[in-house]
Parts: sequence; C-alpha cells; structure tokens
Amino acid sequence: MSSQKQPSMQLTPEIGAQQVELLARLCNAMAVSGDEQEVRQIVLDEIQPYCDQVEVDGLGNVLAMHVGSQAQKVRVMIAAHMDEVGFMLTNDEGEGVFSFETVGGIDPRQLVGKAVIVGREHVPAVIGAKPIHLTTAEERKKALKVEELRIDLGPEGSSKAKVGDRATFATQLEALEPSIRAKALDNRLGVINLIELLRHAPENIDLLAAFTVQEEVGLRGARVAAYRFDPQIGMAIDATPAHDLPAYDVDVENTRYNTKLDHGPAIYLMDGATISDRRLAEWLMQTAEAEGIPYQIRQPNPGGTDAGAIHRARAGVPSISVSVPVRYAHSAASLIRQEDWANTLKLVYHALTRLTPEILS
Amino acid sequence: MSIEAKKIEQDDALLALIKKMVETPGPSGQEQLIRAAILEEIQGSADEIRTDAMGNLIARKGSKQPNGLRIMISAHMDEIGLMVTHVDENGFSRFIPIGGVSPLTCIGGRVIFMNGQRGVIGCERLEPNALPTLEKLFIDVGTTSREDCPVKVGDVCGFERPFLDLGKHLVAKSMDNRISVVVAIAALRTLQASPHEVYFVFSVQEEVGLRGSATAAYGVDPDVGLAVDVTRTGDTPRTTKMEVALDKGPAIKVRDSSFIADPRVVDWMIATAKAADIPYQMEVLEAGGTDGRSIQLARAGVPAGCLSIPCRYIHTPSEMVSRADFEDAIRLLVELLSREVKLG
Amino acid sequence: MTLDLLSHLKQMLSAPGLSAYEDPIRDIIAEAWRPLTDELSVSRVGSLHALKRGDGAEPRPKVLLSAHMDAIGLMVTAITDGFLHVTQVGGVDARILPGQLVTVHGRKELPGTVVMPPEFLLPPEVEKGAVPLQYLLVDVGLQPAEVEELVRVGDVVSFAQPPLELTGGAVAGHTLDNRASVAAVTHCLELLQRRKHAWDVWAVASAQEETNFAGAFTSPFAIQPDFAIALDVTFAKGPGSTDWRTVPLGKGVALAWGPNIHPALYEALTKTADELDIPYSPEPAPGMTGTDAAAIQIVQAGIPCLLVSTPLRYMHTPVEMVALKDIQRAGRLIAEFISGLPVDFMQTVEWK
Repeated sequence: MSSQKQPSMQLTPEIGAQQVELLARLCNAMAVSGDEQEVRQIVLDEIQPYCDQVEVDGLGNVLAMHVGSQAQKVRVMIAAHMDEVGFMLTNDEGEGVFSFETVGGIDPRQLVGKAVIVGREHVPAVIGAKPIHLTTAEERKKALKVEELRIDLGPEGSSKAKVGDRATFATQLEALEPSIRAKALDNRLGVINLIELLRHAPENIDLLAAFTVQEEVGLRGARVAAYRFDPQIGMAIDATPAHDLPAYDVDVENTRYNTKLDHGPAIYLMDGATISDRRLAEWLMQTAEAEGIPYQIRQPNPGGTDAGAIHRARAGVPSISVSVPVRYAHSAASLIRQEDWANTLKLVYHALTRLTPEILS
Repeated sequence: MSIEAKKIEQDDALLALIKKMVETPGPSGQEQLIRAAILEEIQGSADEIRTDAMGNLIARKGSKQPNGLRIMISAHMDEIGLMVTHVDENGFSRFIPIGGVSPLTCIGGRVIFMNGQRGVIGCERLEPNALPTLEKLFIDVGTTSREDCPVKVGDVCGFERPFLDLGKHLVAKSMDNRISVVVAIAALRTLQASPHEVYFVFSVQEEVGLRGSATAAYGVDPDVGLAVDVTRTGDTPRTTKMEVALDKGPAIKVRDSSFIADPRVVDWMIATAKAADIPYQMEVLEAGGTDGRSIQLARAGVPAGCLSIPCRYIHTPSEMVSRADFEDAIRLLVELLSREVKLG
Repeated sequence: MTLDLLSHLKQMLSAPGLSAYEDPIRDIIAEAWRPLTDELSVSRVGSLHALKRGDGAEPRPKVLLSAHMDAIGLMVTAITDGFLHVTQVGGVDARILPGQLVTVHGRKELPGTVVMPPEFLLPPEVEKGAVPLQYLLVDVGLQPAEVEELVRVGDVVSFAQPPLELTGGAVAGHTLDNRASVAAVTHCLELLQRRKHAWDVWAVASAQEETNFAGAFTSPFAIQPDFAIALDVTFAKGPGSTDWRTVPLGKGVALAWGPNIHPALYEALTKTADELDIPYSPEPAPGMTGTDAAAIQIVQAGIPCLLVSTPLRYMHTPVEMVALKDIQRAGRLIAEFISGLPVDFMQTVEWK
C-alpha cells in the first residue's frame, strides 16, 4: 500500500510528554509472540503519514520505507521487535481456572502472585500462590514451577477466556522521574525509537523500518524481513539487560553487569547470535563522541537481537545492534532511565545523518 | 578538683558500677543478688522503691505534673544461665539452659552457682566434625561422687567471666542486659526537673519470655513505656546483615520479632536525639524480643518503644559494647525523660 | 443511604496501613463508620473503637466485633548503592515478591519494585531455587544519593498492586486479608441501622494482628465485652489449596469450631444461619485459630468468642481473591444474630 507522505521533521528527535504517552500505550498493549496485533495497529496508525510505503508481510511484520531525497543513498534496515514474552492458556480446569505455558524466556520465579490480563479484551486475572500458612519451610525453599501455577479469572472466568488465548502481566507504565517502570520495555523502546526515526527520517538514506514479530521465540520475523528488504546495512534496536545490582556479599565484585543504567546506549560488539561489523561499531562510537552522547559497550555475552537473523540474510548484511539498558526485562516490571532512552534515539539518529556509502568501502 | 579530674573520677565510678553489675550472677528466676546490688545503688535517688510479686525492682522518681506522663522504663536485670537436671554418681551435673544458651560457647566455660559454688563445663567425646549439643555437656564442680557434690537438681548457675575494659569497648558475660541496668541507674540518679512520674523497672525473667515486665507494666499502668536493652550489630566479619554498628550511637528500635515499636515513640526518640545532638542509629532487629512487647500489650495497651545499646556477641561470655554508645544512651534517656512528651 | 460495598472495599484496598502504621486505613474506616455509630475513639495502640448503642435498658450487655485492619508488607533494613534491603512485616512468602510493585514510605512516598538479582550476584547455593528475602532488593528508580536522602532504615514498604474486579463478583488485591472483614463489619453496622438491637455493639478495627495481636489483646481490656466475634479471612479452595483447612470460595462464610470458640455461642450462631438460610461451612480449628479470637479469648477473666471468616484464595499475596457475596453474608449473619440477642442472652449460655 502507498500513501501521501508528509515531509519528515528534520529536527533531532527528542523525548517529551508525547513520546512517554505513546510509550505507555505501546507497553500497556499486549503483543505476546505470535499475536502482535495490538502493537502492530498502534505502529501502523503512528507511521502511516511519514512513509513512502507500508505493508504487513505474511508473518505479521510491519515493513515501512522512507526513501531519502538525496542521491548516493545507503539502504539501511532497522529492526525493532514488537513482540513480548507472556503466556498462553493451555487447559480450562473450570470456574475460571486455567493452566498455562510461558511464551519466550520467563523465569517462573517472576510469575507468582501477579496480576495478569487475558486475551484481546484484557480480562483481569491473577496468578495466585498457596497461602504461606499452608506451606512448609522446606516447600518455601523450592521455586514454584509453571506446571504448579494457574491463571485464575474468577468464578465465572471460563466464559471470558478460552484455551489458546494469550496473557501477559497487567502492569501499567509509570513515569517515575528519572526512570520509567513498565512491562515489555523490551522492546517497545525499540518500537517507539523506530517510529521516531521514521518521523525524523534523514534524507541521506533509504530507511527500511522493520517492526518485527516473533523475536522472543527465535528472531523469526527479522529473518524474513531482511530477505525482503535486502539492505546494505542492518541494525537492530532493542533493549538489553542491565544487571547493575550489588552482589549479596560486598567481597563479591559484580563483573557481569552486561550494561549499566545511566551510562547511555549500549553498543554491541558481540552477542550469542552476532559478531557486529567493526566498521559500524566505529561509526556509532565516533558519532557518540562527536555529538557528546554517552555510550557504553554491552559486555560481550550470550543473548541475541534481530541482528542475528538480519546479518545472515541472502548474501549477508553488515549488521550491528544498539540497545537501551533495561533492568528486570522479562518480568512484570522493568525499569529504564529516561536519559538512556533519549540518548539511544539521539545516537542512532545522528549516526544515520552521518552515513555515507563510503562506510562500506 | 579540676573539671578534668572530676570527669575521671566519675568515669572510674561508672566503670566500677559496670563491673559490679556485670559480675553479679542473676539468671532468670534467681535475681536476688543482682536485685540487692541494684537496690544498693539507687537507694536515696528514688522517691519510692518497691519489689513486686514477681521480683521486679520498681523505683519511682518524680510525680506526674499537669504536662507530664507516667513513663515506665524497663531494663531487665536477669541473664541467661543453666539449671541442673541430674547429678551422676561421679558428681557430674547435667543441665538445661535458662534462656538462649549456645552449646558452642559453653565448652570450657566457668559457672558460679547462687551459693557461690564454682564449676567448669566439659563435653563428651564428639564424632569428628560434629557440633556439640547441650545434652553432650556437663558441669564439673571438682567433686568425685554424687554424695559429696554440693550441687543438687534444680540448682542454678550463671556464667563467670571477669569484666574486661578494652578502652573504647567494654566486654563482659552479661552486658545483656546489665549495661542497660547501669544506663537506667545513671539516668535515675541524673534526672532532675522532670514533669513526669518515671518508674524505673529492673525487670526479671526477660530471657525466658518477657515475663517480669508484663506484670510490672500491669502494676505501673504507664502512659508510655520504653525498654532499655542491647541489640545485635552487623559490623563484624561475615555476620548477618544488619545496619547497627558499635560506636555509632545508641539505637532507636523500629521493630524486633516481638513487636513493632509505636511509630509515635520512634518519632519522639528521633526528635529528642536530634535536638540534643546525640548520635543515634535506626534499628530493625529480625530476631529477638524485648520488654517493649510486654509493655505494649499491658492492660488496654501502651505506646511502647525501646532504646537499644548495640552489642556484639550477644549470649556469649564476651558481649561487647561501646563506651561512647553507653554514655550517649544515658544522655538520650535523660533527655527523653526531662521534657514534656507529645506523642503525635 | 446504602453504602456501595465494592467501592468501600476498593477504597480500603488502596490505602496503606502496615501493622503499627495503620493511620491511613484507620481514617478511611472511621469515615465509613462515623455515620453508622454513636461514638468513635482510637485505642492506645491504634485500634479504632466504634460504639453503636443498643436499645435495651442500661446497663446493657456488650458484644465486640473485631476485624483487624493492618496489612502485611516489608520494612527497610539496609541500603546499598541506592537499592533497599528489606525484611517482612507479618508472614510473607519470599517467592511471591520478585516483580511486585510496592510503595516505600520514606520521607515521601516512593513507587518501587521488588527485584530478584541475577543468579551470578547471589550465593551459589540459591541456584534456581527460591531466592530468600534477604537477597531480594527494592528499586525505587532514583539515583543512590537521592535514595539516601529519602529513605532510612525502618521505613515501611507496602504492596501497591491495584485491586482488580474479576468476573462472578470476585475481587482480587493485596490486603483483602483483612479489609474484606472490615467491609463485612461496615455492612453489619449498616444493616443494624434499620434493625432493633438490645445490645451495645462495639465495632473494632484492630491493629497489629499480623505481628503480635496488640489490638486484640488490648481493646477487650478497655471495652470489657460479654462476648466477642472475631472476623477474619480463611483459606478458600483453589489451585494448590485443597486440603481440610480450605472451604469453597463464594459459597458462604466459614464458622470456626474448636478451643477458641465457645460451643454454646457457636450453636446459637449456626441456628441463626440455618433459620435465615445463610450458607456457611463449618471450619474445624483444632488448635489456635491465628486470629484475633485467640487473643481476645484470654483477656482479663476470659471472653467467650466466635469467629466468622470470609473464604479467600492466595492469602498473603498481592492477588488475594474473595467473593463479594461472602462478605455480605458475613455482615448479614452477624447483624441478624445481634439483633436477635435477648438482653439476658449470656444467662442462657451454658456449658453442656
């Protein structure tokens, strides 16, 4: 489909009340891998006016293109996954009680005693736990397994949900200066940053924006999107864990923080799925230094982003990832610093405006 | 006499008082010696002194002015100890604990019975690497048969260990809670113009379940109650995490496992310490109880709190407190009792 | 005017009030009870006392209704790099904590989250097991310097999960233990507005039940009732909870039976329930009940007790669940029972 494009805003994108409000809508929406419709709809509504072309592909990816007006353009694909971890109902045990399975990587210890929402109607429900009074000390040492937990919608809940419905945490986004707390900040931050980049698309590149599906279950959306776009450069923008907490013992040094809050966007050199293209890493770091934007190198660690699929598309695509550091991803309440978010967007935007075909020569 | 010399004399007197208090035996239920020792120290400083049916020593100072309250201060005077359960044919005595006694700190320890008889604690052979239990331990009083053993079933002994002055820190087997007893005695002596009727209670049987203070609180029927007791610290290598440390001032208890201090009392204590520029620290104790609980639950309820003296190695023969914390505790208690009290 | 029980309950659920820190919830309950009673006062440990006078001749007999209002939660024990270490106030299973939304009551109210540090920052023995409370942290999203300024050791931390209305007239949230019972007392007082009752009714929202029953030990001393009815919640059948200690959710109140309960009072109460067709489950309590009744029973010369419980799932989690119907039933049963009490009721109570 095509549309009448509005001229893009050439000012540096910034984070204000409008962006926080959009992020709240994105985070509060449910988009468990395989059912990303709620976020997809928000994305389509937001980007339509700023693109030369928008389509939804066979897997549900939103593929949007902004064609730059300058000659000598580079075709840059930027991917941000729309999906989140969550649950699927697996068995109706009657009176509103359902067994369920997790979708994507969730530590079952994060589930107990939480409020959740079920299905497109966001029916409220809870994941309860046996009262402490009825447990033994020995029992309380063992973590509860998913098989032992149930989603409970209330006595008449069986009429409001069915096996196969998705569910996720019910947490609503809250802006807690200087932080933001919400579920699914991984990766609605990438989604909103990509929306902002489309609104402010530089004219020196063709911006190929992929809002991908099914990242949390194996980078599946990005794989087909990269094939379709056939870009010269690939970039995933995502959220990456900040394990910057104190250790249980002062004598233990935290050497595996991955990233730290307040230290700016995290540039990837290597993760479990991708070794970043060194030219692209230099390009991002030089941009940050030139623009006075703080940045950090994400500790080379396992884990992966859509770049893991993109760089292996067709004959190969030089790729890299940039993430916002986020504490407590894949839990009911993750936390970021607003500064880190703003700096990530700024870094990617400025890097794009400085991009020339020479980078690949 | 110079001011300096006077201070040294006072200090010496206080140290002598601490030594006297910590070296007098008085396990729960056998407080007669320590009660007599305290009575000796407070005669003449109080307006009225009585001993109640449980054995609590209760001293009143002042009377209730229109802007005053009836305040109960409770410092328990009992300590942990042992009671003999059996004397075998060779004169070895088996025992059970009175209060929380760890077998780890018993072996090789010395005890003194209420009649002055002394003894040492021995242990049966243990399996390699096994920890002792109290059942494996016995008291040896130096006799060789049941017949000539001066100890009988039911006799009570306390631990014996001389007072140790390390300068900045002071050590004894019964800093819990004799250091608080000294704080209360010093406050009783120092307290001058107060609008309050203050009852200094030297309570019995705290170590076996806060028993003495419960009846004392019923009898005194106070408007406000404060326990004075020791609390644990988290300032030694690899110990349980806790914010309280020696030398950082007396601690204001927010809670322990027996009660939550009345928030109004906590606020009163903080405000008083701040106004008098006395260092203090906040205490959240996750294990252990104090007389504060029994005061709180007396009759129709009493707003209650606790002034704590930080203490390392509680319930061992070498309980350690800071001299500065101790002195600041006296100042804080006197300040608390000298002024009008308005609870939130 | 009929009070909207659901909004009354939800208003109470959104107010903090940890044991000994009950002021916010007490104010809300006082507002609800003021128009329904004749006298309000606050006890020395913070319980709310409300007297609703009977129409019998003086001196009138007195019945005490005791529903504790305090909440379980957490308390700050230490601060490291801006992260808070906490301990529990009341019984909290540490396994429900990771990811919980909380409010830290520091120099101002701070929204926070309980967080579980990654495995490599925990002692090796924890592995994939439950992370003990001592290793969990609270993150308030502020820079460390600001945290030091606003939070101190001893500050209380309450659960902040907003209440949920579920299908079938069920409500989920934290502290339904025991605000559900406070709502039942409110409902009872409201019904008594339109009923004659000879007895004086003393409604008490008791303090500090979750820690040491400070309210339940002290209010009866001041009020000296002829007998008392404790209202609390009990374990509802549900996932993971099916043994003899559980009763069905939404199918009626639970009436405890055991050493804490006076058998003749129990007989009279169940007779009222049977006559009015108010459904209930007998709840065997072979030992102490773990409710205000256990404390009230041994105050002064001893006070005969009853215990009326609202079935609740997932007790002591932030997603406790009750059925509104059961709350109404508890309130109605007690109101009917009280209005039917003859002045000389206690003289007819016998051990047999």
